[in-house]
Amino acid sequence: MTSRLFKTGTGKYIILLFTAGVFVVPLYMTLITAIKDPKDINLLTVWIPPGYININGFIEAIYKLGPNFKNSLILTVSATIISSLIGSINGYIFSKKRFPGSDIVFMFFIFGMFIPYEIILIPLFQMTKQLGLYGSIWGLVLAHVVYGIPIVTLLFRNYYDQIDNSILESAVIDGAGFVSLFYRIFLPLSIPCFVVVGIWQFTQIWNEFLWGVCLTKQESNPITVGLAKLAGGEAVKWNEPMAGAIIASLPVIFIFIVAGKYFIRGLLSGSIKE
Amino acid sequence: MKIKKDYIISIVVILPSVILLGIFVYGFILNTVFVSLTDWGKGAGLKINPVINFVGFANYSDLFTSIIWQRFRQDMVNAVFYWLFILSGSLILGFFLAVLLDRYPRGESFFRTLFLYPFALSFIVTGTIWRWLFAPNGGFNVLPTLIKLPRIEFLWMSSRTSILNFNWQDIPLIITVFISLILFFVILRLIILKKNEIKLIIYSILFIIFFISFFIELFFAPPMINLKEMHGFNLASIGIIIAAVWQYSGYTMALYLAGLRGLPVSLYEAAKIDGASDMKFYLKIAIPNLWPITLSAIIIISHISLKIFALIFAMAGTDNAGTSHPSVLMYLTTFRANNFAFGASIAVLLLILSSLFTIPYLIYLYKQRTK
Repeated sequence: MTSRLFKTGTGKYIILLFTAGVFVVPLYMTLITAIKDPKDINLLTVWIPPGYININGFIEAIYKLGPNFKNSLILTVSATIISSLIGSINGYIFSKKRFPGSDIVFMFFIFGMFIPYEIILIPLFQMTKQLGLYGSIWGLVLAHVVYGIPIVTLLFRNYYDQIDNSILESAVIDGAGFVSLFYRIFLPLSIPCFVVVGIWQFTQIWNEFLWGVCLTKQESNPITVGLAKLAGGEAVKWNEPMAGAIIASLPVIFIFIVAGKYFIRGLLSGSIKE
Repeated sequence: MKIKKDYIISIVVILPSVILLGIFVYGFILNTVFVSLTDWGKGAGLKINPVINFVGFANYSDLFTSIIWQRFRQDMVNAVFYWLFILSGSLILGFFLAVLLDRYPRGESFFRTLFLYPFALSFIVTGTIWRWLFAPNGGFNVLPTLIKLPRIEFLWMSSRTSILNFNWQDIPLIITVFISLILFFVILRLIILKKNEIKLIIYSILFIIFFISFFIELFFAPPMINLKEMHGFNLASIGIIIAAVWQYSGYTMALYLAGLRGLPVSLYEAAKIDGASDMKFYLKIAIPNLWPITLSAIIIISHISLKIFALIFAMAGTDNAGTSHPSVLMYLTTFRANNFAFGASIAVLLLILSSLFTIPYLIYLYKQRTK
């Protein structure tokens, strides 16, 4: 790639730095507001960093969002693990064990990824009530697992499509059955894909809001709903929601920085790798 | 026999997922469609056994014509504008960022991470932050004062000004004109290219039908609603559009960057030999070659623009009609007013809107796969 030997001129660097500046503005504003004393947040000094660091915003936000954070953690981790496992099995079938009509069935799966979730909200609400899951975090886990099936299946299928069929054939000759083929050969091979899918699902579920606000009660609200409540209302002390926004995005930002490569791979293979 | 046994195992393994999606996607969609055709306890949706009367398409016709549902019509108009601006904004800015980074400038990975990080955030986080930036007495409005300029007085989320206003009455007319124009250009192109006469005849007939119906609508059609009802683009939604573009252009950048770097080097070399400038290369050669990427970006961003509920919730709240969206109204109608029947009708209309672009896309993908 570097063989192209392109030059990037000074003008381009100026544009690049300017654009980068624009992208940093919200981040800068969040950080300086979060560490301000509420009485210092006024019209004249919004853009100026505070003279001293006041961590009360963070203390308040941690106190208020702590339970939500815990709920989201339970929800996200369990739903991510369950849906990744389902996805790997489905992807294996749709890629390596196709049956007559499997491509059409696959399209019926994928359609589930593209619906606006309002369309299933009312029956979902009624069903979680009937199952006794309404208001608890487990109703949300169920929703995220089921509606996560299309995307995880797609990601795993695309991944298995790249694995050469010759591995499959030689294993069959060695006498490996359907199940042992999957567990002994495909599961170990698909660890990179589990990382990609896991990161993707974690981010999506952590960030989800609509179901959180419609299907849970106060005590089981996920972090997004908690933050929306913290920031809602008219007379807010702005240091709290800003600190809350930082806390609510810590896990995803952490993942993004540590495993950004896999995150990008997930979003690319979810869209153009067909 | 061996192969048949394999099929059976495959089907058995896939069956639980098929059943789950069958119920939770298709069953639930049918259920919502059914609810939308009833009156579902008339605002007492939470009752254990609501009185249910079948009302046909009455809810839908109310949404489009009754005085009470004026907000729904504005929300539909808002949805179109949100879609249009978020889509074009993210595509253009994303492509621009990709071009900036394409040639590995110094610090490329840093800039790439910077442009992409908003995409990892929740709409609620983004919304909270941008709500502060667009607060009437904060953020951007006082930015000019830093260099001693007068502050901006714009009410980013609560402005009542709207532009591009049109009468709701004219919608069928506008749609007819729009389709006629498209048909006209398609016919023109077919004539110029001089191919496929059957297509030409079909399109011409369609064009004549639309052209005649234009005059019928203009002079004879009964009015859809009795009053003149103006709708337009609310300036209050600009703030939300900016926040959404900020969040999603990193994503389109990543798509385009992967695409640009996947282009064969020979393409660039050929352009260079022809004496094409950088600008020309990107506009005339890269963009047409990246069409499949643009297509999937259009689908994904369009889908996201329908999911804008959380961003609006966090930035402007649900009661702000100027920035509203059908999904916000669906939430209010269903869960605040307990009016399940109308909530379901709005949801069905949202599904139809999104299916307009997802179903052709899925068919396209299916054809590619089986090719």
